[in-house]
Amino acid sequence: MGAPRPYTLVAELTYKCPLKCLYCSNPVNFHEMRNELSTEQWVRTFSEAADLGVVQLHLSGGEPVVRKDLPELIRHARSLDLYTNLITGGTLLNGEKLQLFRDCGLEHIQLSLQDTDGKTAELVAGARSYDKKLDVARLIKQVGFPLTINVVLHRLNIDHVPALIAQAADLGAQRLELANTQYHAWAQENQSSLMPTRAQLDRAEGVVLEARPRYQGTMEIAYVKADYYSDYPKPCMGGWARNYMVIIPTGEVLPCHAAHVIPGLHFDSVRDRSLTTIWAESQGLNAFRGDGWMQEPCRSCPKKTFDFGGCRCQAFLLAGDAAATDPVCSLSPRHDIIRAAIAKAEQGNGSLIYRDPKNSERLSTRPLAPASR
Amino acid sequence: MSEPATGTSTVWRPRLSPKARLRWDEVEKRYMLVFPEAALMLNETAPEILKLCDGEHTVEGIVDSLIVRFVGIDREAIKEDVVGFLGRIKARGLLEA
Repeated sequence: MGAPRPYTLVAELTYKCPLKCLYCSNPVNFHEMRNELSTEQWVRTFSEAADLGVVQLHLSGGEPVVRKDLPELIRHARSLDLYTNLITGGTLLNGEKLQLFRDCGLEHIQLSLQDTDGKTAELVAGARSYDKKLDVARLIKQVGFPLTINVVLHRLNIDHVPALIAQAADLGAQRLELANTQYHAWAQENQSSLMPTRAQLDRAEGVVLEARPRYQGTMEIAYVKADYYSDYPKPCMGGWARNYMVIIPTGEVLPCHAAHVIPGLHFDSVRDRSLTTIWAESQGLNAFRGDGWMQEPCRSCPKKTFDFGGCRCQAFLLAGDAAATDPVCSLSPRHDIIRAAIAKAEQGNGSLIYRDPKNSERLSTRPLAPASR
Repeated sequence: MSEPATGTSTVWRPRLSPKARLRWDEVEKRYMLVFPEAALMLNETAPEILKLCDGEHTVEGIVDSLIVRFVGIDREAIKEDVVGFLGRIKARGLLEA
């Protein structure tokens, strides 16, 4: 069996970012990973991705606008007919840059907002950013881009979902992504401060279901559930290394943002091998393709072709075994871990650890023992 | 089957949303409609309809230009297909509101 066709490439161009969001999905040790791919390496990688069948390109980070070669990368992506999307925090954008990106062929912008309440938004982002982001949202529309607004949901903002929906519509977004925090990387460090309660989630989901028909045809409202509170795991990435690849700033090709936390997997870099070879032959990418790796209760479960056993990173981080059933699943023998995390969350406040180089350095030196944390 | 409401005009002239793009897919050798986070693989007729969603052509006009390709097929049947397809992609926000 050959490797499946990848449709989506998330190109994380840099880990540099002016924001310090508490839920950031970049690795906790990002400060050790400063050797970024060159323009030429990205250009070659985009070409190989297009040949493999990739259609969607997300230029992401960190903050991708930090990269001086972004206009060139956009132009090259469009010459390959990739649907080209910029995922940005927005704080480094202005009208001039937006117009330049537009002229280079950028097709769509996804802007993150943290909250409708400025104080909480900046508490979570760890930097002054609220007013600037709203200005940039308006500029994005003025320049003529279709706009997706992305809001990561957690305990501090989830009660503002009605206002978040109204704000996105007001800003002219054609898509709003309300995504509950995935508890990996920095979000795992801050889990006890970020986990919402069951009551909060039920209210938010009710609001989304009620709002959707009102905006049908004008603004799509995507809602990513909080998997800790689900009975079954999410079909993480639509299956490991199936249709989706993430290339991190240093060039390693991953099946998702977090997979390098799993020990024993080797992920090749586009510095050393072609993307075509990596996609087909990478030990890390092949490790959890298909279902041969599954244990019970996944192996005999009829849902395995839908949810692929859930998230491998979460299985490792929580159960200590990347081939285990995602502990989120109510059928998992380690589901007690999730119940304990929820109970802890319901009691509330932990510390706030911001995503910045100093904390990254401090946390990188600690002995790795995720399962016991 | 009735046409979706238009709001400003009594004659609907559908226009593809700026977020969506018709794209030839070299891997599967057919057209796809790409938009944020997703893509629709298209049959042979859909791209012909979408190429005419330019804000100029009316639904009747789109049907007229398709009819020459489908000799022997009832005009009403073609129109029903066109209206059904446009309704579905409009509901997904892929036509301008």
